[in-house]
Amino acid sequence: MSAVADKYSDLQKLGVEVISVSVDSHFVHKMWNDHELTKMVEGGVPFHMASDQAGNVGRAYGVWDEVQGIELRGRFIIDPDGVIQAAEVLTPPVGRRLAETIRQVQAFQHVRATKGAEAMPAGWVPGGTTLKPGPDLVGNVWKVWKPSMEG
Amino acid sequence: MSEQPQGCARITGTVSGATPEPSGPEERHADKEDVMTARVGQKAPDFTAPAYHRGGFTSVQLSSYLGRWVLLCFYPGDFTFV
Repeated sequence: MSAVADKYSDLQKLGVEVISVSVDSHFVHKMWNDHELTKMVEGGVPFHMASDQAGNVGRAYGVWDEVQGIELRGRFIIDPDGVIQAAEVLTPPVGRRLAETIRQVQAFQHVRATKGAEAMPAGWVPGGTTLKPGPDLVGNVWKVWKPSMEG
Repeated sequence: MSEQPQGCARITGTVSGATPEPSGPEERHADKEDVMTARVGQKAPDFTAPAYHRGGFTSVQLSSYLGRWVLLCFYPGDFTFV
């Protein structure tokens, strides 16, 4: 979570709020923040660290692991209408790459800003070519985009 | 997101609109898949949960962020290594 905390100001600039969730109590969250995360990130964790000891929230998001009694590394991008636009779930030993999350947020924000008129091809990064789906684009994607253009 | 009184009860996250779980183990259902399951393109299940935030204990509700983008991150546990 320190990786997310570290990039919190970048996320805030994009208008993104963060909530982290685990099965630890909020008391343990405080101890983890005070004793370890503050040593990794100046000022500690700036967002809400939520506690889901019974796994109710994790079950609703499909990340509850009943064998281990923990929540898997699930990451959800939720838009201003409360709709989930992206989800990624990893097993515990591998961490997320926040830069990819930020890229996806930027892509979904671009789609939203164009009211769905533009779509983001594979590998799109801000400033990259977008696609404008419509009758003229059918069969003609090759004219405006190819895999070598991936950012 | 009000400051919460801190008792000794084991408070936990709750999905909005979900019926409280029966207390007796014999009454528990083995599978609770009837609880709303998240899917991309669908509404995010709303929830309320106790939280630690900038030195204080509070409560956080997902739907209070309607109108803003939210990054919701689950992780296996505090003091784990990744």
